[in-house]
Amino acid sequence: MSSAYLKLAGIRKDFGSFTALRDIRLDIAKGEFVCFLGPSGCGKTTLLRIIAGLEAQTAGRIELAGRDISVLPPAQRDYGIVFQSYALFPNLTVADNVAYGLVNRRVPRAQAQQRVDELLKLVGLPGSQGKYPAQLSGGQQQRIALARALATKPGLLLLDEPLSALDAIVRVHLRQEIRALQRQLGVTTIMVTHDQEEALAVADRIVVMNHGVIEHVGTPMEVYRDPGTPFVADFVGRINVLPARLVEGHHVVFAPNGAMPFHCPHDGAAGSEVKVYLRPEDVLARPIAPGDSNVFEAQIEKIEFLGSYCLVQVRSAALGEHRLSVVLSLNFLSEQHLEVGARLPLRLLPERMRIFS
Amino acid sequence: MNTTTLPAPARVTLRVHWSDRLAHVALAGVALVLLAFLAAPLLAILIKSVQDGDGRWIGLKNFIDYARSPALLQSLWNSLWVSALVTVITVPLAFGFAYALTRSRMGFKKLLRGITLIPLLAPSLLSAISLIYWFGNQGVLKAWMQALGIDQIYGAPGIVMAEVFALFPHALMILVTALTTADARLYEAADAMGTSAARKFWTITLPGAKYGLISAALVTFTLVITDFGIPKVIGGNFNVLATDVFKLVIGQQDFQKGAVVALLLLAPAVLTFSVDHLVQRKQTAMLSARAVPYRPKRVPWFDALMQAYCLLIALLMLAMLGMAIFASFAKFWPYDLSFSWNHYRTGLVEGEVATGFVNSLLMAAGTALFGTTLVFVGAYLLEKTHGGGPLRGGVRMLSMLPMAVPGLVLGLGYIFFFNEPANPLNSLYHTLTLMTVCSIVHFYTTGHLTAVTALKALDAEFESVSASLKVPFYKTFWRVTLPICTPALVDIARYFFVNAMTTISAVVFLYSPETKVASIAILNLDEAGDTGAAAAMALLIAAASTVATLLFMGLSWLVERRTQQWKA
Repeated sequence: MSSAYLKLAGIRKDFGSFTALRDIRLDIAKGEFVCFLGPSGCGKTTLLRIIAGLEAQTAGRIELAGRDISVLPPAQRDYGIVFQSYALFPNLTVADNVAYGLVNRRVPRAQAQQRVDELLKLVGLPGSQGKYPAQLSGGQQQRIALARALATKPGLLLLDEPLSALDAIVRVHLRQEIRALQRQLGVTTIMVTHDQEEALAVADRIVVMNHGVIEHVGTPMEVYRDPGTPFVADFVGRINVLPARLVEGHHVVFAPNGAMPFHCPHDGAAGSEVKVYLRPEDVLARPIAPGDSNVFEAQIEKIEFLGSYCLVQVRSAALGEHRLSVVLSLNFLSEQHLEVGARLPLRLLPERMRIFS
Repeated sequence: MNTTTLPAPARVTLRVHWSDRLAHVALAGVALVLLAFLAAPLLAILIKSVQDGDGRWIGLKNFIDYARSPALLQSLWNSLWVSALVTVITVPLAFGFAYALTRSRMGFKKLLRGITLIPLLAPSLLSAISLIYWFGNQGVLKAWMQALGIDQIYGAPGIVMAEVFALFPHALMILVTALTTADARLYEAADAMGTSAARKFWTITLPGAKYGLISAALVTFTLVITDFGIPKVIGGNFNVLATDVFKLVIGQQDFQKGAVVALLLLAPAVLTFSVDHLVQRKQTAMLSARAVPYRPKRVPWFDALMQAYCLLIALLMLAMLGMAIFASFAKFWPYDLSFSWNHYRTGLVEGEVATGFVNSLLMAAGTALFGTTLVFVGAYLLEKTHGGGPLRGGVRMLSMLPMAVPGLVLGLGYIFFFNEPANPLNSLYHTLTLMTVCSIVHFYTTGHLTAVTALKALDAEFESVSASLKVPFYKTFWRVTLPICTPALVDIARYFFVNAMTTISAVVFLYSPETKVASIAILNLDEAGDTGAAAAMALLIAAASTVATLLFMGLSWLVERRTQQWKA
């Protein structure tokens, strides 16, 4: 895919004897919104800083818009960047902050001012030109930082955990706005985040990273529904992990002494020890029709109330020793008078069971 | 060459932008200044110490000769025990005061704190002069002192008392910082468990201030052992290392032995500096946790006790200053105590302090202006630019080194290095310029640390943002960094100014009759037996320092007001 707008090839980063990134290969298309997702220390921020030229890769090649930028200093690349800390210049007004990169390019004053007005409108803060950053809320400051990064019309927008310092509600609101803005401007965007919900909500594609390598690249749906590795399954969303043994005829038995085989399409050798990954919402309490496969009777052990739904932990002879978490709606629980100790039939969705050895 | 082997995969290095190149050149400039005016003079001492009078290599002979001379060994011992004693007295005294300031609800805290700063405004010898009036041969309280079994103030007793007075503010500053950073939650947790006050003190307060205490002790010890003014004035026949250096170099022109003693002075300073550096690192690690500031509760008996203690200390401080003021206006101590300007006239006219005063002001202003510029640019380049390889580490080390170099040692190095006719910088010798540079280097580290602290408080990503916007670093330095750091700059300038005004040790080897500064002129007055004039002139310096401090405070107030508009 040589048409990639940003091309990373064989990126490696060593800090002394520690390898922070190894053999990162990634192509990002023009206009795409990509999230680097992973736990802290996975190398996602380092990778972003390498793309920005704030950090030098130990080896590897970076191309931006067909231009080899591997060894160029930041000022000779073409990007805008927004940091978690906003990094607004506190002694300059909002207008001066946004125009910071324009002034240096000898953009005529009137034109710069017009661009500032336009950008402030774009980020939803028209009329704030004369204010100082300290007079704005965190969310507002981050919008200004966004406007500043976009002012020079860069080809690439880099967002380094831009929402992590904000309150939960502001965070959700602003991430939708960033997404809408990105769509409107069509600017290729990379956002680093450790918040999987954030990544799922805004990204065209998610790059899940762990221990300096890319674990999985895919659309949010792919990453969630069809995780490439156990780590991805575990890191993105909630998931049950059940040790099991494969048996003939596309079935598994939960080890060590599950009472019944479950249907599950797999092509592994019978007898091999595996782990079955299954999301709580893929365990159904209804509708269950007579004759459905994978139905078993479970007993409620614990109910964790989480607002509109509950996370219910059940046990069953069918599962052997293991416990299973199931998402059930509050309405369902009260309608069926289900409490701790109650019994109910449940069904495991065969096509949703992921098997990793 | 073997062309068949595959080339090893090349390590990627970013191309250096021209603006980064500029930063490297500037950093090299700072390095050059520090090499020429700090490293080279120190090296000159080292070389001198292993040469004979004709410049021939004689190995450790000078050291062996030194070790065989009982008089000099006596000085070494004197220096050590006096410094240790001063440390043991000053640190607990200052700790009590710091404890009162931070952990009680007594009144007049600002005023009391201000009074303790008095010794910083005058040359350290002012306290020695004042002691002479209190306890000297014709001192008012001589009988009291003798009743305590101390025969005379000249010698160890005088040095110890004067040093305690002079170093109190230094120790206090460190301990106040150490006690201020306490975490209130620890005390709340202890209260919740019903812990007694004494147990809280031993298990929370003292361990929390541990590093501050170590640091204060080290600083006190080092400053005492390297101080020159006080032992010179009140030491009498009691010799210490610092006065030995002076006698060997100025009196006997024995540069080689002077170099040996200078190295001896350098040793404890370097040692304490290294320990302190380690300790400081641990302390910052401790502070990184988010702490809730401690607010003392009102406890009437405790507050009253602390108030009484602090008033007593403040009173002693004022007594020191007051006696100097009184004596400076007394016509003929102790026989005619009527008011007179005589001492001021004598000092200013006959003692040549008037010209000295102008020199002092020039030197202090130069130190403040150029020192602040150098320090801030150096700290900025270290903290906010990158690349430059070993240059960076070198400048970082050289910036910390002056802390460990006593003024006397630095001055001696300057003689050895700049008085060398082959040195192209030789023409600087005896000039006010060189004395200014010497003061800048001598007080470099404190300024550097202040600048670094201010710079570290700025968002680390300003420079990254600028680079992404293709704005060269110096524009951001000018438009953002400098305006935000102005309060720190004013602080650094004030520190440089006051210290250059009062310093003796850094310049005592470097002046010529034309470039004599006021603090040196005072020393000469005292040597000539004109103690009254010396007191008068020391007070003039204190007054000038006070005025300068007030001016700097006014300046920082103006700056604050201007920056208020963008502060929340």
